[in-house]
Amino acid sequence: MIRALGILALLMMAAVPAGAEPLPSGTAFLGDEMRARQSDDAANPGMLWVADGAALWRAKAGAADKSCADCHQEAARSMRGVATRYPAVDAASGKLLNLEGRINRCRSDHQKAEPFAYETDELLALTAFVARQSKGLPMNVATDGAARPFYEQGRAFFYRRRGQLNLACAHCHVENAGRRLRGNVISHGLPVGYPAYRLTWQTMGSLHRRLRSCSFGLRATRHPHGSDDYLALELYLAKRAEGVAVETPAIRP
Amino acid sequence: MTVSKARVSVPAVAKRGEIIEIKTLIRHTMETGYRVDSVGRQIPRRIVTAMKVTYAGVEIFAMDFTQGVAANPFVAFHTRAEESGELVFTWTDSDGAVETVTKTITVTG
Repeated sequence: MIRALGILALLMMAAVPAGAEPLPSGTAFLGDEMRARQSDDAANPGMLWVADGAALWRAKAGAADKSCADCHQEAARSMRGVATRYPAVDAASGKLLNLEGRINRCRSDHQKAEPFAYETDELLALTAFVARQSKGLPMNVATDGAARPFYEQGRAFFYRRRGQLNLACAHCHVENAGRRLRGNVISHGLPVGYPAYRLTWQTMGSLHRRLRSCSFGLRATRHPHGSDDYLALELYLAKRAEGVAVETPAIRP
Repeated sequence: MTVSKARVSVPAVAKRGEIIEIKTLIRHTMETGYRVDSVGRQIPRRIVTAMKVTYAGVEIFAMDFTQGVAANPFVAFHTRAEESGELVFTWTDSDGAVETVTKTITVTG
C-alpha cells in the first residue's frame, strides 16, 4: 500500500512540473501528401517566400543604406532560435513585439526605412526566412517579468466568449481539438508553423491573418493585424506551444 | 524585391539509365477569371498556360494548364538520366510572360 502510494506520488510529481506532454502541431492533422510536401523543401510552396526573405536579408534599405546582414551577418547562425523566443517584450519601449514587429522595429530604428505593411509579401518573406532559421527548435517564450501582463491578457482572450456564436478559442481548440468542424479537423491552435502557406488562401499568410479568420468564423470583431489583442493572444498561444518544434513555413489546410 | 519565380530540383549527378525525379514549383497567382473584387469588378484571368521541359535539346515533358489548377503550381515527374547536359524548364502564362530555369545534370557511367 505504502509502495503503491509512493509510486503514485512519483507519478504525480513527474506529471505536475512538466505540465503536460507538448501538444501536437497542426502538421499532425495534415494528410500524408501535404505532410510530405511540407517536409520537402523542393515541394513546399512556402519556400518561395523563404527564398525571397533570403534576398531581402541581404538587400540594403532605407536612409542608413544597411541590410539585415550588415548587422546580423549570417542568418543561419544569428537568427537560429530567435523565433522560439517571440513574441517578446522590447526592453526599450516596454511593448510586446512579435517577429513581424521586431523586423519592422529594426527597419525603422536601424535601417531608417519605412516599416513593411502587415501581410505584404516582403514582411511575410522576411518573417518566414527568420523563423525558418529556428526550424526544429522547441518554442520557449518568456512569460514572467515584463511579459506577465501580456500573457495574462492573452490567456483571458483565449478563454473569453466572443462574437455572435458566443464561443471562446478554448471551446474549439481545447475542448474539441482533434474532432471535426464540418470538413476540417480542429487543431490545438499552436502557432509554430506561421507564417504558413494556407491552401485556403492559396498563398502565404501571417498568424494574425489566421486569427482574423478565426474571429470571422465566430462572427466576432476582427482585430487589425498586429493589434494588442492578437499580440497578447500570440504570446499565450506560443506559451501553449512550449516544447513544440518550429515548422515555418508550414502548410495548413 | 527580387521575387523568386520558380524553384526546380534536379539531382546534380546521376548514373546512366537511372530514373530521376524532377520537382518544379512556379510562383503564380493562377487567377481564374471567375472571381470579382471588393466592388464587384471581374478580376481578369491570368494563369500559366503551358510548361515545357527539354533535356539536352529534346523535349521530355510538356503540360497544358487550365484555370482549375491551384496557385503556385507544383509539378513533379520522372525521367531517365541518359547523358550529361542541360534541362531547360519554360513556363508561359496567358499574358505572354515567360519564365525559364536551366539546370545542369552530370551523368556518370
